[in-house]
Amino acid sequence: MTGHDDHDHGRTFQPDHPEPTSDAALVGLALRELLIEGGHYTAEEELAVIAEMQGASPENGGKIVARAWTDPEYKKRLLINGKDSIKELGFDLEPYEFTVMENTDQVHNVIVCTLCSCYPRALLGMSPAWYKSRNYRSRVVREPRAVLSEFGVDLSDDVDVRVHDSTAELRYMVLPQRPAGTDNWSEDDLAALITRDSLIGTQRDLSTK
Amino acid sequence: MSEPRFSVGQRVQIADRTPPVHHRVPSYAKGHVGVVERVCGMHANPELCIRGDGKPFQRIYRVRIPQTDLWAPYEGTDGDKLEIEIFEHWLELAQ
Repeated sequence: MTGHDDHDHGRTFQPDHPEPTSDAALVGLALRELLIEGGHYTAEEELAVIAEMQGASPENGGKIVARAWTDPEYKKRLLINGKDSIKELGFDLEPYEFTVMENTDQVHNVIVCTLCSCYPRALLGMSPAWYKSRNYRSRVVREPRAVLSEFGVDLSDDVDVRVHDSTAELRYMVLPQRPAGTDNWSEDDLAALITRDSLIGTQRDLSTK
Repeated sequence: MSEPRFSVGQRVQIADRTPPVHHRVPSYAKGHVGVVERVCGMHANPELCIRGDGKPFQRIYRVRIPQTDLWAPYEGTDGDKLEIEIFEHWLELAQ
Protein backbone atom coordinates (compact mmCIF):
# COMPACT_ATOMS: atom_id res chain seq x y z
CA MET A 1 0.00 0.00 0.00
CA THR A 2 1.38 3.45 -0.86
CA GLY A 3 0.22 7.01 -0.33
CA HIS A 4 -0.37 7.30 3.38
CA ASP A 5 -1.77 10.84 3.15
CA ASP A 6 -5.26 9.73 2.30
CA HIS A 7 -6.16 7.71 5.36
CA ASP A 8 -5.73 7.51 9.08
CA HIS A 9 -3.67 4.70 10.61
CA GLY A 10 -5.99 4.73 13.58
CA ARG A 11 -8.80 3.67 11.28
CA THR A 12 -6.93 1.08 9.25
CA PHE A 13 -5.92 -0.67 12.46
CA GLN A 14 -8.76 -3.08 13.22
CA PRO A 15 -11.45 -0.80 11.76
CA ASP A 16 -14.21 -2.17 13.98
CA HIS A 17 -12.50 -0.97 17.14
CA PRO A 18 -14.08 2.00 18.91
CA GLU A 19 -12.14 5.25 19.14
CA PRO A 20 -9.74 5.06 22.10
CA THR A 21 -10.77 7.14 25.09
CA SER A 22 -8.42 6.14 27.93
CA ASP A 23 -4.98 7.74 28.23
CA ALA A 24 -3.31 4.34 28.00
CA ALA A 25 -5.12 3.47 24.77
CA LEU A 26 -4.21 6.84 23.24
CA VAL A 27 -0.54 6.39 24.20
CA GLY A 28 -0.61 2.93 22.64
CA LEU A 29 -2.10 4.29 19.44
CA ALA A 30 0.44 7.14 19.29
CA LEU A 31 3.34 4.73 19.88
CA ARG A 32 2.10 2.44 17.13
CA GLU A 33 1.78 5.32 14.66
CA LEU A 34 5.30 6.50 15.46
CA LEU A 35 6.71 2.99 14.94
CA ILE A 36 4.95 2.71 11.60
CA GLU A 37 5.91 6.22 10.47
CA GLY A 38 9.50 5.54 11.55
CA GLY A 39 9.59 2.52 9.26
CA HIS A 40 10.11 -0.05 12.02
CA TYR A 41 7.27 -2.09 10.61
CA THR A 42 4.27 -1.54 8.36
CA ALA A 43 0.58 -1.46 9.17
CA GLU A 44 0.18 -4.48 6.89
CA GLU A 45 2.74 -6.45 8.88
CA GLU A 46 0.95 -5.58 12.09
CA LEU A 47 -2.40 -6.71 10.71
CA ALA A 48 -0.79 -9.96 9.52
CA VAL A 49 0.49 -10.70 13.04
CA ILE A 50 -2.95 -9.99 14.51
CA ALA A 51 -4.58 -12.23 11.91
CA GLU A 52 -2.10 -15.01 12.69
CA MET A 53 -2.83 -14.75 16.42
CA GLN A 54 -6.56 -14.74 15.83
CA GLY A 55 -6.25 -17.68 13.45
CA ALA A 56 -4.65 -19.94 16.05
CA SER A 57 -6.93 -22.24 17.99
CA PRO A 58 -6.75 -25.04 20.56
CA GLU A 59 -6.66 -27.45 17.60
CA ASN A 60 -2.95 -26.64 17.42
CA GLY A 61 -2.42 -27.79 20.98
CA GLY A 62 -4.63 -30.80 20.29
CA LYS A 63 -2.32 -31.93 17.47
CA ILE A 64 0.65 -31.82 19.83
CA VAL A 65 -1.20 -33.85 22.47
CA ALA A 66 -2.37 -36.46 19.96
CA ARG A 67 1.20 -36.90 18.70
CA ALA A 68 2.45 -37.31 22.27
CA TRP A 69 -0.25 -39.91 22.98
CA THR A 70 0.62 -41.97 19.91
CA ASP A 71 4.41 -41.59 19.83
CA PRO A 72 6.13 -42.31 23.17
CA GLU A 73 9.50 -41.06 21.90
CA TYR A 74 7.92 -37.77 20.83
CA LYS A 75 6.27 -37.44 24.23
CA LYS A 76 9.64 -37.84 25.97
CA ARG A 77 11.17 -35.10 23.82
CA LEU A 78 8.14 -32.86 24.33
CA LEU A 79 8.23 -33.08 28.12
CA ILE A 80 11.98 -32.37 28.23
CA ASN A 81 12.14 -29.65 25.57
CA GLY A 82 8.77 -28.32 24.48
CA LYS A 83 10.18 -25.38 22.53
CA ASP A 84 12.10 -27.47 20.03
CA SER A 85 9.70 -30.43 19.94
CA ILE A 86 6.74 -28.41 18.70
CA LYS A 87 8.83 -27.23 15.75
CA GLU A 88 8.70 -30.84 14.48
CA LEU A 89 4.95 -30.26 14.03
CA GLY A 90 5.37 -26.83 12.46
CA PHE A 91 4.67 -24.71 15.55
CA ASP A 92 6.93 -22.04 16.98
CA LEU A 93 6.67 -20.08 20.22
CA GLU A 94 10.03 -18.28 20.02
CA PRO A 95 11.28 -16.32 21.88
CA TYR A 96 9.36 -18.02 24.68
CA GLU A 97 10.28 -21.31 26.24
CA PHE A 98 7.52 -23.88 26.16
CA THR A 99 6.84 -26.35 28.90
CA VAL A 100 4.36 -29.19 28.79
CA MET A 101 3.09 -30.55 32.10
CA GLU A 102 1.76 -34.11 32.09
CA ASN A 103 -1.34 -35.10 34.03
CA THR A 104 -1.16 -38.54 35.65
CA ASP A 105 -3.32 -40.53 38.03
CA GLN A 106 -1.43 -38.82 40.87
CA VAL A 107 -0.96 -35.28 39.50
CA HIS A 108 -3.24 -32.63 38.07
CA ASN A 109 -1.71 -29.52 36.48
CA VAL A 110 -3.33 -26.13 36.00
CA ILE A 111 -1.93 -22.98 34.36
CA VAL A 112 -2.29 -19.35 35.37
CA CYS A 113 -0.51 -16.03 34.96
CA THR A 114 -1.09 -14.12 38.18
CA LEU A 115 0.80 -11.00 37.05
CA CYS A 116 -1.03 -10.42 33.76
CA SER A 117 -2.43 -13.04 31.38
CA CYS A 118 0.47 -14.80 29.63
CA TYR A 119 -0.89 -17.58 27.42
CA PRO A 120 0.52 -19.64 24.51
CA ARG A 121 -1.71 -17.97 21.94
CA ALA A 122 0.02 -19.53 18.94
CA LEU A 123 -0.96 -22.96 20.26
CA LEU A 124 -4.27 -22.31 22.04
CA GLY A 125 -5.66 -19.25 20.26
CA MET A 126 -6.99 -16.25 22.17
CA SER A 127 -7.38 -16.83 25.89
CA PRO A 128 -10.86 -17.04 27.40
CA ALA A 129 -12.10 -14.00 29.33
CA TRP A 130 -12.06 -15.85 32.65
CA TYR A 131 -8.36 -16.68 32.24
CA LYS A 132 -7.65 -12.94 32.31
CA SER A 133 -10.04 -12.20 35.19
CA ARG A 134 -8.76 -11.13 38.57
CA ASN A 135 -11.01 -13.75 40.13
CA TYR A 136 -9.31 -16.68 38.37
CA ARG A 137 -5.78 -15.26 38.57
CA SER A 138 -5.91 -14.56 42.29
CA ARG A 139 -7.92 -17.57 43.42
CA VAL A 140 -6.43 -20.45 41.44
CA VAL A 141 -3.10 -20.04 43.27
CA ARG A 142 -4.74 -19.53 46.66
CA GLU A 143 -7.46 -22.19 46.49
CA PRO A 144 -6.91 -24.28 43.34
CA ARG A 145 -9.15 -27.14 44.44
CA ALA A 146 -12.10 -24.82 45.00
CA VAL A 147 -11.62 -23.13 41.65
CA LEU A 148 -11.21 -26.46 39.83
CA SER A 149 -14.36 -27.69 41.50
CA GLU A 150 -16.23 -24.71 40.05
CA PHE A 151 -15.05 -25.90 36.62
CA GLY A 152 -16.40 -29.36 37.43
CA VAL A 153 -13.06 -30.93 38.34
CA ASP A 154 -13.38 -32.56 41.76
CA LEU A 155 -10.04 -33.97 42.82
CA SER A 156 -9.65 -36.55 45.56
CA ASP A 157 -6.90 -36.15 48.13
CA ASP A 158 -4.73 -38.76 46.45
CA VAL A 159 -4.29 -36.46 43.46
CA ASP A 160 -1.76 -33.65 43.93
CA VAL A 161 -2.45 -30.26 42.39
CA ARG A 162 0.35 -28.41 40.65
CA VAL A 163 -0.36 -24.78 39.87
CA HIS A 164 2.01 -23.27 37.30
CA ASP A 165 2.34 -19.50 37.54
CA SER A 166 3.53 -18.19 34.18
CA THR A 167 5.48 -15.24 35.61
CA ALA A 168 8.25 -14.71 33.06
CA GLU A 169 9.40 -16.14 29.73
CA LEU A 170 7.87 -19.61 29.80
CA ARG A 171 4.56 -20.62 28.33
CA TYR A 172 2.70 -23.74 29.38
CA MET A 173 0.32 -26.38 28.21
CA VAL A 174 -1.13 -29.33 30.09
CA LEU A 175 -0.83 -32.80 28.56
CA PRO A 176 -4.18 -34.33 29.53
CA GLN A 177 -4.58 -38.07 30.10
CA ARG A 178 -5.61 -40.18 27.14
CA PRO A 179 -9.17 -41.45 27.65
CA ALA A 180 -9.70 -45.18 28.09
CA GLY A 181 -11.04 -47.09 25.09
CA THR A 182 -9.13 -45.09 22.47
CA ASP A 183 -6.33 -47.59 21.82
CA ASN A 184 -7.09 -48.00 18.13
CA TRP A 185 -7.98 -44.38 17.40
CA SER A 186 -6.15 -42.43 14.72
CA GLU A 187 -4.08 -39.40 15.62
CA ASP A 188 -6.63 -37.11 13.95
CA ASP A 189 -9.54 -38.62 15.85
CA LEU A 190 -7.62 -38.29 19.11
CA ALA A 191 -6.77 -34.66 18.37
CA ALA A 192 -10.46 -33.92 17.92
CA LEU A 193 -11.14 -34.97 21.53
CA ILE A 194 -8.96 -32.30 23.04
CA THR A 195 -10.52 -29.16 24.44
CA ARG A 196 -9.07 -25.77 25.25
CA ASP A 197 -9.82 -26.15 28.95
CA SER A 198 -8.05 -29.52 29.13
CA LEU A 199 -4.92 -27.80 27.82
CA ILE A 200 -5.19 -25.10 30.53
CA GLY A 201 -6.02 -27.66 33.20
CA THR A 202 -9.50 -26.51 34.14
CA GLN A 203 -10.83 -29.77 32.68
CA ARG A 204 -9.36 -33.17 33.62
CA ASP A 205 -11.36 -35.91 31.90
CA LEU A 206 -11.88 -35.88 28.15
CA SER A 207 -15.05 -37.30 26.74
CA THR A 208 -15.06 -39.78 23.85
CA LYS A 209 -18.79 -39.32 23.24
CA MET B 1 25.89 -17.87 28.55
CA SER B 2 26.99 -18.00 32.14
CA GLU B 3 26.87 -21.29 34.01
CA PRO B 4 23.75 -21.79 36.14
CA ARG B 5 24.33 -20.85 39.77
CA PHE B 6 21.75 -23.35 41.00
CA SER B 7 20.92 -26.91 40.04
CA VAL B 8 17.82 -29.07 40.05
CA GLY B 9 16.85 -30.16 43.57
CA GLN B 10 18.61 -27.35 45.43
CA ARG B 11 16.63 -25.41 48.02
CA VAL B 12 16.46 -21.74 47.17
CA GLN B 13 14.92 -18.69 48.80
CA ILE B 14 13.18 -16.00 46.77
CA ALA B 15 14.24 -12.47 47.76
CA ASP B 16 11.71 -10.36 49.65
CA ARG B 17 12.12 -6.96 48.06
CA THR B 18 10.09 -4.57 45.95
CA PRO B 19 12.17 -2.56 43.48
CA PRO B 20 10.38 0.55 42.17
CA VAL B 21 10.29 -0.86 38.64
CA HIS B 22 8.38 -3.52 36.75
CA HIS B 23 9.44 -6.90 38.07
CA ARG B 24 8.08 -10.39 37.60
CA VAL B 25 7.94 -11.76 41.15
CA PRO B 26 4.45 -11.76 42.64
CA SER B 27 4.19 -10.64 46.28
CA TYR B 28 2.80 -13.96 47.45
CA ALA B 29 6.04 -15.76 46.54
CA LYS B 30 8.52 -13.25 47.99
CA GLY B 31 10.61 -14.59 50.86
CA HIS B 32 9.51 -18.18 50.32
CA VAL B 33 11.73 -21.23 50.01
CA GLY B 34 11.33 -23.80 47.27
CA VAL B 35 13.22 -26.43 45.30
CA VAL B 36 14.65 -25.89 41.83
CA GLU B 37 12.40 -27.97 39.54
CA ARG B 38 14.11 -27.03 36.26
CA VAL B 39 16.93 -24.83 35.01
CA CYS B 40 15.74 -22.73 32.08
CA GLY B 41 17.39 -20.34 29.62
CA MET B 42 18.74 -16.79 29.78
CA HIS B 43 16.26 -13.98 29.23
CA ALA B 44 16.02 -10.19 29.33
CA ASN B 45 15.87 -8.81 32.85
CA PRO B 46 12.45 -7.11 33.04
CA GLU B 47 13.72 -4.65 35.65
CA LEU B 48 16.16 -3.24 33.06
CA CYS B 49 13.89 -3.32 30.02
CA ILE B 50 12.45 0.14 30.63
CA ARG B 51 15.91 1.63 30.04
CA GLY B 52 17.09 -0.61 27.26
CA ASP B 53 17.30 -4.19 26.18
CA GLY B 54 17.26 -5.94 29.56
CA LYS B 55 20.95 -6.89 29.41
CA PRO B 56 22.74 -8.60 30.99
CA PHE B 57 20.26 -11.43 30.51
CA GLN B 58 19.46 -13.48 33.59
CA ARG B 59 18.85 -17.19 33.90
CA ILE B 60 15.35 -18.36 34.82
CA TYR B 61 14.64 -21.23 37.20
CA ARG B 62 11.37 -22.99 37.87
CA VAL B 63 10.93 -23.14 41.64
CA ARG B 64 8.52 -25.57 43.32
CA ILE B 65 6.96 -24.42 46.60
CA PRO B 66 4.57 -26.43 48.82
CA GLN B 67 1.15 -24.78 48.82
CA THR B 68 0.93 -25.33 52.57
CA ASP B 69 4.00 -23.07 53.00
CA LEU B 70 2.50 -20.28 50.90
CA TRP B 71 -0.96 -20.11 52.39
CA ALA B 72 -2.48 -20.58 55.82
CA PRO B 73 -4.95 -22.00 56.15
CA TYR B 74 -4.73 -23.97 52.90
CA GLU B 75 -7.55 -26.21 51.70
CA GLY B 76 -5.68 -29.08 50.09
CA THR B 77 -2.99 -31.66 50.68
CA ASP B 78 0.70 -31.59 51.60
CA GLY B 79 1.40 -32.80 48.06
CA ASP B 80 -0.07 -29.70 46.41
CA LYS B 81 2.62 -27.49 44.90
CA LEU B 82 3.00 -24.16 43.21
CA GLU B 83 5.62 -23.82 40.48
CA ILE B 84 6.88 -20.42 39.44
CA GLU B 85 9.53 -18.87 37.19
CA ILE B 86 12.13 -16.82 39.04
CA PHE B 87 15.16 -14.95 37.64
CA GLU B 88 18.53 -15.92 39.10
CA HIS B 89 19.23 -12.56 40.75
CA TRP B 90 16.15 -13.08 42.93
CA LEU B 91 17.44 -16.38 44.36
CA GLU B 92 19.85 -17.40 47.12
CA LEU B 93 20.63 -20.83 48.47
CA ALA B 94 18.25 -21.47 51.37
CA GLN B 95 19.75 -21.78 54.83
